[in-house]
Amino acid sequence: MDLTLSESELAFQAEAREWLAANVPAEPLPSMDTEAGWRAHQEWEARLAEARWSVVSWPTEYSGREASLVEWVVFEEEYYRAGAPGRVSQNGIFLLAPIIFDHGTQEQQDRFLPTMATGERIWAQCWSEPEAGSDLASLRSTARRDDERGGWVLNGQKTWSSRAALAHWGFGLFRSDPEAQRHAGLTYFLFPLDADGITVRPIAQLDGEAGFAEVFFEDVFVPDSDVLGAPGDGWRVAMSTAGNERGLSLRSPGRFCAAADRLVELFRSTEQPPAGAGDRVVDAWVRAQAYRLYTWGTVTRLAAGGDMGAAGSVNKVFWSELDIALHETALDLLGPEAEVASPWLDGYTFSLSGPIYAGTNEIQRNIVAERILGLPREVRK
Amino acid sequence: MRFVLDGDQRDFAGALESLLSGADTVAAARAWADGDHAPGLALWRRLAELGVLSLATDATPVEVAIAFEALGRHAVPGPWIESAAYLPVALGREVEGVATVALPPHVPHALDADVADEVYVGSTLVDEVGEQLGSVDPTRRLFRVVGDGPVDLDGPVREAFDLAVLATAAELLGAGERVLADAVAYVKQRKQFGREIGSYQAIKHALADVRIALDFARPLVHGAALGEVDVSAAKVACGDAAYLASRTGLQVHGAIGYTQELDLSLWLTRIRALVTAWGTPAFHRGRLLQQLGAS
Repeated sequence: MDLTLSESELAFQAEAREWLAANVPAEPLPSMDTEAGWRAHQEWEARLAEARWSVVSWPTEYSGREASLVEWVVFEEEYYRAGAPGRVSQNGIFLLAPIIFDHGTQEQQDRFLPTMATGERIWAQCWSEPEAGSDLASLRSTARRDDERGGWVLNGQKTWSSRAALAHWGFGLFRSDPEAQRHAGLTYFLFPLDADGITVRPIAQLDGEAGFAEVFFEDVFVPDSDVLGAPGDGWRVAMSTAGNERGLSLRSPGRFCAAADRLVELFRSTEQPPAGAGDRVVDAWVRAQAYRLYTWGTVTRLAAGGDMGAAGSVNKVFWSELDIALHETALDLLGPEAEVASPWLDGYTFSLSGPIYAGTNEIQRNIVAERILGLPREVRK
Repeated sequence: MRFVLDGDQRDFAGALESLLSGADTVAAARAWADGDHAPGLALWRRLAELGVLSLATDATPVEVAIAFEALGRHAVPGPWIESAAYLPVALGREVEGVATVALPPHVPHALDADVADEVYVGSTLVDEVGEQLGSVDPTRRLFRVVGDGPVDLDGPVREAFDLAVLATAAELLGAGERVLADAVAYVKQRKQFGREIGSYQAIKHALADVRIALDFARPLVHGAALGEVDVSAAKVACGDAAYLASRTGLQVHGAIGYTQELDLSLWLTRIRALVTAWGTPAFHRGRLLQQLGAS
């Protein structure tokens, strides 16, 4: 058992640290959910890509560095420690790309991955529907076969689609076999959000910005070449994305360790912290450390050929609740100034969505109880 | 970077587990509580033969953590933290037989002084101890001591104290795991309103929270054993996680959980005692805050 980095991992860390120190913008970029902020974040992605830091774990031919999982975690630690901007390309590079690598054709990989790596084309995920949230498998949007044109015709409505207001392409599940029930008969589609028949209606989030949107589909044609995986196999394909999202890739430990360090700084500079605040600062810091160490355990198991399995749900509940506790503590330290716009307030508002997106924490607890503890399944209709 | 137990460590954990699961540790703990030390001392000798008393001097803190997690899982009675973690480091030698120590104010009383061959107060070997005190955990037989003043944890005892804290954290982790396992087994067979109570979401979510808390406490124990984080972080997290396990475990058992007769009681009371043993949560949080330069 050891927690030391190898020579080459240390060299990788030093190179990342040096580049980030020289290149991370001194001032935070405007919110990526505004038009100006969107452009600034896309430019930042281009800059990362130029120096081959945008997708470090990808193969070299797609602008990556073939970084190991250990190196990926190290990069993320350095990235957040440096205070670098949020990743506007996150849905694509972390959620969709692993699926394209695993299930996409060579042609799809060559067509989609390069512009994803540079941030030139930003992807939105289109999963939830008005009547299919936690119960995603009840989704009703349809895909009708069109043999004449060699493709499918999409109809229906998606909602809470992150980044869809400004993104270029989307990915989502549609019911391609009307006879099949629930998890069967779903197909995974990729589509340009400016296609004929698609209407995107932005939705203002709690902070007032259009971080997500509704997407309406009216006879939208998608060629066979934009189907990911086999028709009818969409659930299995999509669930490999869900594992990624809940598990390692969406929330790297570097993010929480950096925030916990900033929280300690805030506490130090607070002249009269409220009673008990010190304990909460310590708890947030301890939990961030626990998350970091837990991740090293996960990385070790994955590197040895294990898979994430239901442990992704353990992970997701923990980081989403840690994120809120951390920011709540910061707001309490800010006292009467807490309501005034600040990066802490932005972080707090964002943290509130954590227990909801990527599968609510209630669903995650069901998964932990049923798949890890082996408790009887709920009766489902 | 390889943050899982290696082969030898897994073998050691396996050997301990097979010894303890076949040793009727529950009967030994109950006898110990009644003042009959014979089964507990027989178990003591078997664990000593497996090398548990020499881990602090001959192995690494990771092996100490492995051993104490197993002791916690099986509610093994006796002054193990004192004999196998604190004293070997403080004395610079392995303990012969059974030894115990009080370290006011953090460890105000001498555990199991009536059965110990050597009793220390701080660094002083004492001949006599005072009256016996009742503990929330009947297997912890506490004795009042007089002697040394408050211990200076920034002095030379720091290393010994920290290993004892790590051992306590690991024991809490093992005890918490046991309570969770017993609670899960219980809710799978107990039926009310015509179905297993473990199929109700209220029960599932409570037990899932225990699973999550324990899963994130373990890496702090191993991280502290490797010197990556302070042992206080492990003690705080394991205390919280095990205590959550004990409260939830009691609740899902209902009234039967509130009986001394059900073996669950051994772990419920052990956890409560260990939460404040070897430094209270407030002490360890304060120490962490100080290390973070924030107090």
